[in-house]
Amino acid sequence: MDHSFDANSLNPDMIDKKRSNKLASSKMLSNIAQIRLVSNHPEVYEPCDDSFALVDALLADRTNLLNMQPRFCMEVGCGSGYVIASLAIMLHQGCSAAQYFATDINPHAAETTAATLEAHGVHAEIICTDLALGLGKRLAGMVDVIVVNPPYVPTPDDEVGCEGITSSWAGGENGRKVIDRILPVVHNLLSEKGWLYMVTLTANNPSQICSMMREMGYASRIVVQRSTEEESLHIIKFWREHTEKGSRSSWLSQFPLLSFWRSSGAKESGI
Amino acid sequence: MRLLTHNMLSCNIKGVTNGYPLRLEAEKWTEKEVDFNAKFLRGIFPKIDWPALVGSARSLGFNDLLPDEAPDSSLLASDDDLLRRFHHALLEIHVEEGGLVCPETGRRFPINKGIPNLLLHEDEV
Repeated sequence: MDHSFDANSLNPDMIDKKRSNKLASSKMLSNIAQIRLVSNHPEVYEPCDDSFALVDALLADRTNLLNMQPRFCMEVGCGSGYVIASLAIMLHQGCSAAQYFATDINPHAAETTAATLEAHGVHAEIICTDLALGLGKRLAGMVDVIVVNPPYVPTPDDEVGCEGITSSWAGGENGRKVIDRILPVVHNLLSEKGWLYMVTLTANNPSQICSMMREMGYASRIVVQRSTEEESLHIIKFWREHTEKGSRSSWLSQFPLLSFWRSSGAKESGI
Repeated sequence: MRLLTHNMLSCNIKGVTNGYPLRLEAEKWTEKEVDFNAKFLRGIFPKIDWPALVGSARSLGFNDLLPDEAPDSSLLASDDDLLRRFHHALLEIHVEEGGLVCPETGRRFPINKGIPNLLLHEDEV
């Protein structure tokens, strides 16, 4: 087996991970990535509640994902690689022939994702780029599944786009600076049958995000909702409205939740 | 980086109109076996820029792997050998070190440890 990174740069911990890798892939112990096999770097965001919620959403929708028979899947902002590795493992076990792309603006994250994928015996093509720049022309309308855990933390705008780990969380005003750039990029890449799964925080005003996507022709549904002490997370799935039956009613069914978002958002901003 | 990815990448420097295909300058590459899936290959075939794929394979010395002209898609349904060559070129050749050069500006994007880096400088955005 060929290893794409220099063995001399491995620390003992990583070598342990690589040893256990063979065991993991031969026994198929798990249907998602295993934390102990996820690589790490001081400048790369480690899997956390938001990552787990996103993977839970994909697991909850796994049957639909397999039935859809995606050709290309992509993660925008792959960080540690935990999410794209999990997606590749769960679809591969369902005999999917999908190919995977993963991008990150942080070169350390790109390399960390490569190590995480290798430790799990799965593959994604990794590109170090801003969102999906460089892929938009040729991959337009070809990606069936896009997953995004965006930098959603409200920060001063000037922290957005900083180098290193800051790029994984700094979201500017309302945490929307990067999210609002991602939406048209996703719209360009998604195929007619394509789905987007995105993490949002209540402070991001997810109802407004759904409205913006709605204007581009997408219906939406909350797949996972999770509150921690610090934040309330929603994993939202988007799809082009004409491709699914009854999608109009599913959009309307979101309204009670949208008003929930508004009220809880108001509470937060009142603090 | 597989040749599939090379086939999908273009230069996105502001103002560049002819940023495809990027010229592949590989210093190190490997071949790795990948599960063969005829349905995937036939599905993706119409989306592949054939001259770019042939060009990238030739730049690595795979001169006779693929025909110059894009085959008719009906041939892919009947010619298993051709489909396997297409599979090999698209998915089994991995460029580990090298660069991608924009045909218009000559800007070189490095490939390190199999990862192309398309990040732009401030004056290129």
